[in-house]
Amino acid sequence: MTPAIDFQNLSLGYDRHPAVHQLKAEIGDGSLTAVVGPNGAGKSTLLKGVTGALAPLEGRVSIKGLSRDDIAYLPQQSEIDRSFPISVVDLVAMGLWREIGPFGWLGRKRQARIDDAIAAVGLTGFELRPIGSLSGGQMQRVLFARLLLQDARLVLLDEPFTAIDTRTMADLIGVVQGWHGEGRTVLAVLHDYETVRAHFPQTLMLARELVAHGPTEQVLTADNQFRARQMCEACTGPPHVCGRSAT
Amino acid sequence: MIWDTVFQPFAEFGFMRRALLGCIAISVGATPVGVFLMLRRMSLTGDAMACAILPGAAIGYLVAGLSLGAMTVGGLIAGMTVALLSGLVTRVTILREDASLAAFYLISLALGVLIVSTRGSNVDLMHVLFGTVLALDDAALTLLCSIASISVLIIALLFRLLVLECADPQFLRSVSGLSVMTHFTFLALVVLNLVAGFHALGTLMAVGIMILPAAAARFWTASISGLIVVAVAVAMLASMIGLLLSYHYSLPSGPAIILVAGIVYGMSIVFGSTGGIIAQVSPRRHFET
Repeated sequence: MTPAIDFQNLSLGYDRHPAVHQLKAEIGDGSLTAVVGPNGAGKSTLLKGVTGALAPLEGRVSIKGLSRDDIAYLPQQSEIDRSFPISVVDLVAMGLWREIGPFGWLGRKRQARIDDAIAAVGLTGFELRPIGSLSGGQMQRVLFARLLLQDARLVLLDEPFTAIDTRTMADLIGVVQGWHGEGRTVLAVLHDYETVRAHFPQTLMLARELVAHGPTEQVLTADNQFRARQMCEACTGPPHVCGRSAT
Repeated sequence: MIWDTVFQPFAEFGFMRRALLGCIAISVGATPVGVFLMLRRMSLTGDAMACAILPGAAIGYLVAGLSLGAMTVGGLIAGMTVALLSGLVTRVTILREDASLAAFYLISLALGVLIVSTRGSNVDLMHVLFGTVLALDDAALTLLCSIASISVLIIALLFRLLVLECADPQFLRSVSGLSVMTHFTFLALVVLNLVAGFHALGTLMAVGIMILPAAAARFWTASISGLIVVAVAVAMLASMIGLLLSYHYSLPSGPAIILVAGIVYGMSIVFGSTGGIIAQVSPRRHFET
């Protein structure tokens, strides 16, 4: 499988303190990969590195044949202001930004696509609701509908199923599997190993450094989980400094 | 009776008509900016920026006296300098934006008052701080109307970007490189409208006509376009009633206008149909889904 993302000795971090250290891995084009690891393992940092929001401290991340416009990203903690007076349909419509930009016309065809995306996440009838009146699960469905409209070849999800009920989770996993079926590459940070085992064929286990990467059943072993915990606990001491000049 | 109270002052006196036109121009230009300031939770930033333009206007006054052009250019330069410097300090140091902006605007305010009071009279200081809405000349009116036109045009052009930047800035950054441009263009609009408001209402009152109508509108409508329409209407109404109160009861015009806007805000808190106190305690229909 040709790689969609190539992590080449990648170190990422904040204020020169690495959260991801010298990662070497390839994410296959069209793969459905879970990123797992203990808290503080650098999973969210890794996704920020892929989006380009965080510059590497060393090494590089290569996104083969994809531009920034081909990436859709769902962050762990959305900066969406829930008190903002905007309706579900208007927020979902933002997913068409790359097509319409700041001045483009929405038109009937695009309006139909918006309605389809809202229907695909089970929110038909909620179109005109202000986002402030939605539950956490409904809001997550709205964000998935927006992702659907982005029509991206690479989808990055940071803990997309946290704090939502099982039915919402099942529906949204269906959406993720739909992306996988269409040949899109999906990289999702997850905590629940049962969900990973059931729905994600590939897994990358991180504990600041790479613990294991490959088929999920070979990665999610008790031995790897123990190693990951140990590696993260070893990193809880005083932070060391990493940078381009570091060896 | 109604003619004598409401229309006669404007029909009879040119300075009242000029004052009303100036206030309408400020209402049209500044209140939509105020709506976005409020939605971005930057209402107090508007207050800080209003004080930040003072030393520039004061230096303009020092160089050219009570010159419209010099004070406008000075105010614009000072306002933008404070906006950019506080943004720079936020990005390169550990200080958050609120603290860096507060530091710069307090320095600016002190500097401005110092410059005006050491070289001018108390009358000049009052002019700078509280404006001269009843003494707007042709040049001032042209400036206010021009700024209002530019402001409305830019907001129309940037509307979608501004909405996205308010609602979900992270998403805008991920799909577009226009986030930084939008932020600084918006700050420039804030400064521009505060300079316009400064000529009529003074540095201390200019932000009032920007924020109070927007805050009042929040209690009457849940859509952004609705907020802008209601806020502009409230600002115009407050301007007219404030000017009339000022005329009939010999009150200072700027504070009268802002106080009327404040009364509308207070009434909106109580009676507003969207989140007002009475609306919250009275039984409501659930959403139909």
